[in-house]
Amino acid sequence: MGFPHKPHDKETVVLSRYFGDPEAKTYDGWVKRGGYEALTKALSMQPAAVTEEVKESGLRGRGGAGFPCGFKWTFMPKEKKGPHYLCCNADESEPGTFKDREIMRWTPHALIEGCAIAMYAIQAEVCYIYIRGEFTEPIRIVQAALDEAYAKGVLGPNAMGSGKPLDMYIHRGAGAYICGEETALMNSIEGRRGNPRIKPPFPAQSGVFGKPTTINNVETLAAVPHIINRGAAWYKGLCLGNPKSTGTKLFSVCGNVRRPGNYEVTMGFPLGELINELCGGMPNGRTLKACIPGGSSVPILTKEETERCILDYEGCVASGTMLGSGGVIVFDDRADMVYQIMRLTKFYAHESCAQCTQCREGTAWTVRILERILAGEGAPPDLDLLLDLADNMTGKTICVLSDSCAAPVVSGIKKFREEFDAYISGAKAPALART
Amino acid sequence: MSAPHELVTLTIDGVSVSVPKGTMVIEAAKRSGVLIPHYCYHPGLPVAGVCRMCLVHVEKTPKLQIACATPVQEGQVVTVFHPDAMKAREGVLEFLLINHPLDCPICDQAGECELQDYVFQEGRSRTRYTPTYAKRFNPVEDFGGDILYVPNRCILCTRCVRFMDHAAGEPVLNVSERGDRAFIGIHPDRELDHPWSGNVVDLCPVGSLISKDFLHKARAWELDKAPSVCTGCSQGCNVILETRQETVVRIRPRSNLDVNHFFICDHGRHQYRWMNRGDRISAPLVAKDGALAATDWDHALAEATAVLKGAGGTVVVLASPATSTEALFLAKQVAGDTFRGAFRVERVAGEAPLDGVPNLALRGERAPNVAGATQLGYGEDFDEAVAAVGDAAAVVVLGDTLDGVPAQALSGGADIIYIGTTLPEVARGARVVLPSTNVAEEDGTFVNRDGRVQRYLQAKSGPGMARPAWWVLAELVAAVDGGEPAASAAAVFDRLADAVPAFAGLNHASLGTRGAMLPANVTAGATA
Repeated sequence: MGFPHKPHDKETVVLSRYFGDPEAKTYDGWVKRGGYEALTKALSMQPAAVTEEVKESGLRGRGGAGFPCGFKWTFMPKEKKGPHYLCCNADESEPGTFKDREIMRWTPHALIEGCAIAMYAIQAEVCYIYIRGEFTEPIRIVQAALDEAYAKGVLGPNAMGSGKPLDMYIHRGAGAYICGEETALMNSIEGRRGNPRIKPPFPAQSGVFGKPTTINNVETLAAVPHIINRGAAWYKGLCLGNPKSTGTKLFSVCGNVRRPGNYEVTMGFPLGELINELCGGMPNGRTLKACIPGGSSVPILTKEETERCILDYEGCVASGTMLGSGGVIVFDDRADMVYQIMRLTKFYAHESCAQCTQCREGTAWTVRILERILAGEGAPPDLDLLLDLADNMTGKTICVLSDSCAAPVVSGIKKFREEFDAYISGAKAPALART
Repeated sequence: MSAPHELVTLTIDGVSVSVPKGTMVIEAAKRSGVLIPHYCYHPGLPVAGVCRMCLVHVEKTPKLQIACATPVQEGQVVTVFHPDAMKAREGVLEFLLINHPLDCPICDQAGECELQDYVFQEGRSRTRYTPTYAKRFNPVEDFGGDILYVPNRCILCTRCVRFMDHAAGEPVLNVSERGDRAFIGIHPDRELDHPWSGNVVDLCPVGSLISKDFLHKARAWELDKAPSVCTGCSQGCNVILETRQETVVRIRPRSNLDVNHFFICDHGRHQYRWMNRGDRISAPLVAKDGALAATDWDHALAEATAVLKGAGGTVVVLASPATSTEALFLAKQVAGDTFRGAFRVERVAGEAPLDGVPNLALRGERAPNVAGATQLGYGEDFDEAVAAVGDAAAVVVLGDTLDGVPAQALSGGADIIYIGTTLPEVARGARVVLPSTNVAEEDGTFVNRDGRVQRYLQAKSGPGMARPAWWVLAELVAAVDGGEPAASAAAVFDRLADAVPAFAGLNHASLGTRGAMLPANVTAGATA
């Protein structure tokens, strides 16, 4: 359903089926709805068979990178020489994204079940659910569900009577966006400063506490029980033509639409239809101007591109952007793209961990140039400078925060250059006070 | 020795180079003669990979790679001066400079600043940062010990943080804040007073961490440098003596992976003021009418020769264990069969180790050549030797300052030949006083506690007529025993190596700048 709105006919409700249903939050309610059947089934299978099922389903990482989930699990050592860890990335901080929050709020047991299945598949005893610190309500709900799961024997030293220990802990983030980057998240769990690590070594070789670790997004893990229950073939069938992107995806739509919210559609759904039909289109008298389809880190689309864009991993790339986390930010014709882009870059400048030079200095410099343009003090060479800085900031750092800051600047200047020019030429009144 | 390494052959800027498997490209490039620009990388610290300055082009990889964290691979083709890599590095330099004050004229690092060097080498000639923008400003902070932190100049390479974390094992520094507000923070209740913390000044690639002791004392380009060995303890850390107009102004570590890696302790770092003492003996003195009178070398050496030739009994040598091995050897030779040598050494309880480097500490034995003296047959029975002066035929004081030795102990009739840098009151009863140079003013060798013989080279000239102790003693040996005097410290060492089995096979050339171990199978104290 387009939570908090009632479901739309064109949605394919899998993960969001029980959004808004308070009973589903409880263990009993969850079991009544078929909960933990998948875990029971998985525990009766060989771990490799579970991995194979997930691999076969085509499930890809929902955190943004879209890496095939089952394939990632196969990177873990086959022969266990010490502890293995699972990390659940619930540090949902990408501007425009709020899908994991709803999964945790309404179906915490779906997440716990998904984590438990994944732990079994990768032979991990311990799972850290790293939840964004500001998510006070989801933290409370997931903690209550964990307590229940322990009380019911789902987790603990003899999980589900399998004889295997499964332990899950919530690790609460402390307000850094960068801790959503997988290696920074691991540093944070270890009690270190949340700085991304250089790779290699990759987490499956040396992750949390230097041990083999798999890290998956909340939405990815929440989809796993459905795949185990209903089979890889069913999940694979949930696509509109592109076999490389399968299943359903939650899209958090915000911005200038009539009904913002979370919408679950199958991969391959047209972005235009999502905005115009499911979300009710633009507010009265307004027209679509631009859209960022995958959270603030991906390139901006124009109206025309938005209407042509297909919402799956390959479709978004074909449109010159990325599916990302599925945080759809919609701008109508009132939006000042220069200001919007400045605001986005300011976020990245604030959140840069300060390790890499390009990111630490480049994000802040980019903000200053954009603020200067908005204050009516820009000069024509500023746009080329912005593009050149963006080039120096792209593909040269440990993580992609720097790239994420550069992406909207590059696409913004490319697609909305006339708005920048209007500030620079003085045709448009300054939006900010002079610096 | 470890097992032979598997070699990997790669090409760096057209030069083929073979290095052990597991080597990083940045080190392989050094072997091929290319210094890849870098800031955060340091061979003595864990790799951080944060400055992004060492980006190079590696064939068949989609992105530029950081040379400090990219292991070599067979057939790899690395291009350091590839246009893409150069643009990326130019970008890094530009980013580093936007918040860096251009206060080079008042910065101690100027002239030895890696930011200056690489900007001149690869940077843009003009900034694109609008001049009206304020640069980040934070006030100078006193980190305690000898260290000042100038945050405005900091490029956040984190070398200092990693040194304190991993080498010193005392994690008192961190990166505080984030984004372009970041700076190096210090534990609120702690100071940078670890006995090895001064190394952060050397490690800092810019003028952000600076020494209070050296503050505004000299410009880097005015300094003359000479390789030397620290005199602070028996560890024998390799150092560089830096002089400005014949004055030692700074001691810095010289890398030697067999001894001190890249570091020296603060105690050793501060062992330079005495090298500049003003109260030096600058002319030979001989006893005349109950007082010492200045004379020339010929006359003074003739007096000393007369003393030694006429000595019909024990010759006691009171030596300092901070004397060169060469001089210690010759003093023993000049005493001949009747030699009785003794030294004393300051011993301090406890050591100050540098945790991250094996077998490296400020040792309790606070002299550089105790092992050398011991090898040559000097005993640590100084007081007994002083007591034996009364029965001796002659006494040679070599470098010992006679502190605490009562005048009457030396007034028993034996003639005293005093070879030293300064003249203590008690030495005024000497028959001959021969002015010698100190460690900064001569060539020589020390033997460290592990038996490693290491050379030190002259950094400045000695005062007046002062001569190296080896020269003085070589003249005396020639005068007493006949033959030509050895003409250099190296020549003295050759004679030493011939005469003393413990040193057999060694010579100054083969010791090089890193030294060599004494042949292990030779027992200590072999006869000359």
